[in-house]
Amino acid sequence: MNNPPDTAPIERETEHYAPQGHDVSKHVRGYLIVGGMLLFFTALTVFLSYVNFGTEKANVAVAVVVATIKAGLVAYIFMHLSAEKKLIYRILIFTGIFVLGLFWLTYLSWYDPIVR
Amino acid sequence: MEIPYTVTARPDTGLWNAKVGIWLFLASEVMLFGGLFSAYIFLRLDAQPGYWPHGLLNVPVGTFNTAILIVSSVTVVLAWAALKMRQFVRYKVYMALTILCGIVFLVVKLGYEWPQKYDHFGAYIKPSALEKYEKYLGNKHLLAEGLAPRLEITGHLHNREALHDPNIKDYEVALDPVYTDPTNPQMDRPHFLYVPPTDKIGVIEKADVERATMFIPTHNTYFASYFTITGLHGLHVLAGVLVFIYMWLPASTRLYRQNPEHLANRVEVAGLFWHFVDLVWIFVFPLFYLL
Repeated sequence: MNNPPDTAPIERETEHYAPQGHDVSKHVRGYLIVGGMLLFFTALTVFLSYVNFGTEKANVAVAVVVATIKAGLVAYIFMHLSAEKKLIYRILIFTGIFVLGLFWLTYLSWYDPIVR
Repeated sequence: MEIPYTVTARPDTGLWNAKVGIWLFLASEVMLFGGLFSAYIFLRLDAQPGYWPHGLLNVPVGTFNTAILIVSSVTVVLAWAALKMRQFVRYKVYMALTILCGIVFLVVKLGYEWPQKYDHFGAYIKPSALEKYEKYLGNKHLLAEGLAPRLEITGHLHNREALHDPNIKDYEVALDPVYTDPTNPQMDRPHFLYVPPTDKIGVIEKADVERATMFIPTHNTYFASYFTITGLHGLHVLAGVLVFIYMWLPASTRLYRQNPEHLANRVEVAGLFWHFVDLVWIFVFPLFYLL
């Protein structure tokens, strides 16, 4: 990672790619299945929102869990995070830490022990 | 000068450059939307009972738009897969479908949902006058049920000039169904299907009103966060559609002939952005429409 960027043009870069058509064709069916699952989870979350789980917090928790599953499917399958290079995971880990920090700051400002 | 590493991996990162670039951009987008969601949580947790509306938005329409975005996420990944398999005609078809889905989403949002809000009216009643409007609000019933009180009367404003004319002393409102039968237990929870305002007119004296506006961002913190987040999300959808249109135009044919893998990588990067936009909506939908 410490090398200076190599900006020299690469000769015949167009010829470097290896045709991956065969690999991709195996995944097409999977994409359709995931699309179907996402539609199913959408219907499920609408249905569950009309079920009374006792408290508003419980209903919020259920909806957020279903949304997280859906988001996970999109990220893992459609965004190819199931098989990505280490650098991308590193970027995302840092993003996760920072976004949690952001939510924590909000929590601190909401949970004011002097006023409450 | 040719930009390097558009197709082959850069040796030190192991990735072609645009892939790293888009993920760094998406990381910044996570922080942007994270901040807004964080504000949403803060405003919602701090809302006094009765000040955070439930069931105001049209759930079937929101569900339809969610499904449209999911379908577009599938079609864009199929467009990329078609390019990888060197099926250019299929790519063009899937890309056209993606563009169509994006446009449908925006038309529903900007042509139907938002205008419906601007046309809806709400008046928050002063605490001292709540008793006077009990026949519309049904707060004794809600108190007995342990539910949050109703502090606002909503519907279609008949005398719209009352918003600006100080000489008009009353708001005449075609009431939303809940205010015509407020003690009916079926009205305690939101309905799935949208029910338009009734033809029953409620008269609300301006002197009894804390604040009254159409459903615009300044109406309450709920609509402020709704318009901010869905507006920013809508801008992202628009940006995605414009990029996809560019990738559908003849320039894409030229690039495909010259270097199909380069086009596939461009589509993958734009697709990653599009999936992120879908991912944001996956959280927006339940938070604003369902909860």
